[in-house]
Amino acid sequence: MPAASPQKPGKKAFEFKLENGLDVVVIPDHRAPVVTQMIWYKVGAADEPYGVSGIAHFLEHLMFKGTETIPAGQFSKIIARKGGDDNAFTSQDVTAYFQRVAKDRLASVMEMEADRMKNLRLTENDVNTERNVILEERRSRVDNDPSSLLQEQMMAALYRNHPYGIPVIGWEHEIAKLNREDAFAFYDRFYAPDNAVLVVAGDVEPDEVRALAEETFGKVPAHGDLTKRERPAEPKHDASVTVTLEDPRAGRTTVQRLYIAPSYTTGKPGEAEALELLARIMAHGSTGRIYKSLVVDKEAAASAGGWYSESGLDSGRIGFYAIAGDNDTPEEMEAAIDAVIEDVRANGVTQEELDRARAALLAEYVYNSDSISRMARQYGWRLAVGLDVEDVEDWPNRIKAVTTDDVRKAAVDHLLDENSVTGILKPAPEHTSKVQEKPVPAATKDKS
Amino acid sequence: MPVTVRTSLAVFGLCLAVAAQMFLAPSAMAQKALPDSAAPLAKETAQGHTMSIQEVTSPGGIKAWLVESHVNPLISIRFAFFGGAAQDAPGKEGQAYFVTSMMDEGAGELDATAFQERSESLAMQLDFDASRDVMLGSLQTLTENKDEVFELARLAMTEPRFDESATARVKAQILAGLKYDENDPATVASIAWDRLAFRDHPYGRPVKGSPESISAITDDDLHDYVHRVFARDKLVVSAVGDITPEELGKALDTLFGGLPEKADLRDVADAEPPLGPAREVIKMNVPQSFAQFGFRGIARHDDDFIPAYILNYIIGGGGFSSRLMEEVREKRGLAYSVTSNLFPYQHGSVFVGNVATKNEAVGQSLKVIQDELEDVAENGLTEDQLDAAKSYLTGAYALRFESSSSIANQLLWIQIEDLGIDYVTKRNALIEAVTLDDIKRVAGRLLAADQLITTIVGQPVEEPVTEGAPG
Repeated sequence: MPAASPQKPGKKAFEFKLENGLDVVVIPDHRAPVVTQMIWYKVGAADEPYGVSGIAHFLEHLMFKGTETIPAGQFSKIIARKGGDDNAFTSQDVTAYFQRVAKDRLASVMEMEADRMKNLRLTENDVNTERNVILEERRSRVDNDPSSLLQEQMMAALYRNHPYGIPVIGWEHEIAKLNREDAFAFYDRFYAPDNAVLVVAGDVEPDEVRALAEETFGKVPAHGDLTKRERPAEPKHDASVTVTLEDPRAGRTTVQRLYIAPSYTTGKPGEAEALELLARIMAHGSTGRIYKSLVVDKEAAASAGGWYSESGLDSGRIGFYAIAGDNDTPEEMEAAIDAVIEDVRANGVTQEELDRARAALLAEYVYNSDSISRMARQYGWRLAVGLDVEDVEDWPNRIKAVTTDDVRKAAVDHLLDENSVTGILKPAPEHTSKVQEKPVPAATKDKS
Repeated sequence: MPVTVRTSLAVFGLCLAVAAQMFLAPSAMAQKALPDSAAPLAKETAQGHTMSIQEVTSPGGIKAWLVESHVNPLISIRFAFFGGAAQDAPGKEGQAYFVTSMMDEGAGELDATAFQERSESLAMQLDFDASRDVMLGSLQTLTENKDEVFELARLAMTEPRFDESATARVKAQILAGLKYDENDPATVASIAWDRLAFRDHPYGRPVKGSPESISAITDDDLHDYVHRVFARDKLVVSAVGDITPEELGKALDTLFGGLPEKADLRDVADAEPPLGPAREVIKMNVPQSFAQFGFRGIARHDDDFIPAYILNYIIGGGGFSSRLMEEVREKRGLAYSVTSNLFPYQHGSVFVGNVATKNEAVGQSLKVIQDELEDVAENGLTEDQLDAAKSYLTGAYALRFESSSSIANQLLWIQIEDLGIDYVTKRNALIEAVTLDDIKRVAGRLLAADQLITTIVGQPVEEPVTEGAPG
């Protein structure tokens, strides 16, 4: 029995479809007179034409420029005048636009969002200025930070063929060539009600949202012939890869390991749930095995942990990292991470570890459901990658069903060398980077 | 002594008092069937949304503000001890920050691992954060675990162990973090700015300390900080969620009853208001320079604070609606982000902004920013800009109250800043009352574009020359 089993929050969301194919999800929550609106397009960076990297994110920026009825540069200013916050984000699989407003402004922000689904207007000047903004964004997020640079190189090495290997923000030389035609081609192809999910959470009832949605989004014609998202598939891997970046700006030596693993969309029933618990037991914070082994017992690292990235349309990832203390070497850290992985593959996890991780995960579900914007994000993301409301709401029950055997099986099936990349970041006087392939199986020796 | 409760009702009137003209040409918004909110809303009262804030006094005399809500089975508690990083001993900078990282590293009979595992089993979320003036605490629990969680949190605060092994481990982590920060342009610029602006004052020292000061901190220093700062007379608390006043009264005594009655704080002098001109360039091999700029601000209890707050929103606090964003990003594509902020610390306030631009053009960004500040100081603002700011600030206030933890956070800061239990009700009227003359007066008082203190980290190609800048 888990030490904490929060009562199931139960059914929260209502779902319906408009005639033009727009999926609508309503999550009533009447604690404050506010609403979050999110429109999720089922398109992301991984759907970009080859050689046009960054266009999904570039278009996301350009969506704020203007329409036939909204003057250039006014979109967010109008939302602000309504007392609202707005923004957007792009990932490999989804692009989302959102506003948070007082409940009585919902109608007008719906109208604005529906308007830019169809009527985007862009000048050459808009595009040229925004391209420079995005190059600055890339410098801020990636080029100024060696650990982000390494992350980018690791993803490129991990995915040999699938576009997840291309950064969402784009390669710099391709961003520099993005133009107005690229943006409209992408917009015309993917921005349509039958390729989107609308989520409204907060002080509303499903019927009023339906009426407003029909009045606004309902007027936007369906695209009709959206092709299914088919990205180039990843071939079988025959080698694991190590990427090394030596950079004077690296603070401390770090080692990272990424594995391709199933996601909630691609996994068999229960597989992603088992991976979620596996990652938590192995790598979450100071109670995770990686931290206990590397930092507490072996004193081979200053800090260590990991994560499970669960939402990908075509694959998920499980990742581990270690940051060196004063005298720790990357070889030592990598060997120690390998030892933890080998142990879990060979011996599984204990019931006590599973119960503790489960209690924490189930509680997080309750904590998340306390915030309407987080709820909107949780439902929207899942629906945009092909899951449904029931997948979200039944999740606690599926987590409760995971056994120690399931967790061990997840480790045995998915922590495979050939599906991994190891990234090493080292402080050094000169900047160098190299990629090495190691034939499988990679020998691992525990030096402790 | 029984629990005593006083109640204050906060009504969310989401009225935009006077509708400003839309910033659009009349024909710009085609009339649709849907009403646009530009119509005055004063008559449309918010639909009975009231948030009742109760002032609870525990049997042991500890006070807290409570918003009771039984919708979700959880409780969010926020609390603060006055003290913060300004209480760090000289040469021990980072002491408060170090303490925040040690609060889950073992207490009472539980060593670090035992404490962390118990905390995870109970799904307790206990976090501490050191700001300049206050030590912030945040505690979240599921209703069903509340008694055990309150007991565990009590243990953490009253009987922290600070074992040698745990202290050494966390010290290594902080040092690794500092090593990372040394290569992060934004952090380097910010630390340099504080040093330049506040010099010898405690605010001039880095909150996270330096490699030298962190290395010097011992477990005795950690105990010393907790004994001096974690005390009942310097404590404010807010609670939101699935708990009654009586239960909260009991919880307050459990959580804080074992702490010393009186804090033993060092006196912190008021800082000399920071003014330049001063500029420091720190070379770092990065493609993009990060710059922080600013000068002295306006105190929270100054009558001009609210106008200054509105002014800052218009200049650089208002995201995509701000003038700096308009000039630097939207018109010129010089940066992804440019922002400004007012930080009204208890012993000295600052107006601080930052921008990041490729090395070749960072000088241009700073010039545009300086021109904007000069323009506002000289010419003030338009009625329309003020209306837009008021519309946003009053309309968006309710957005800060959308979850238990965000409500608890708001109520905590209202107590920290001593604004009164009815502040939530009064706040929008304070914004509405500001006139264009107020803004003009405060712009003249606040904005000193020729006295900017600026730190730039990167390889700025042309160092822009400021008249009078020290060579």
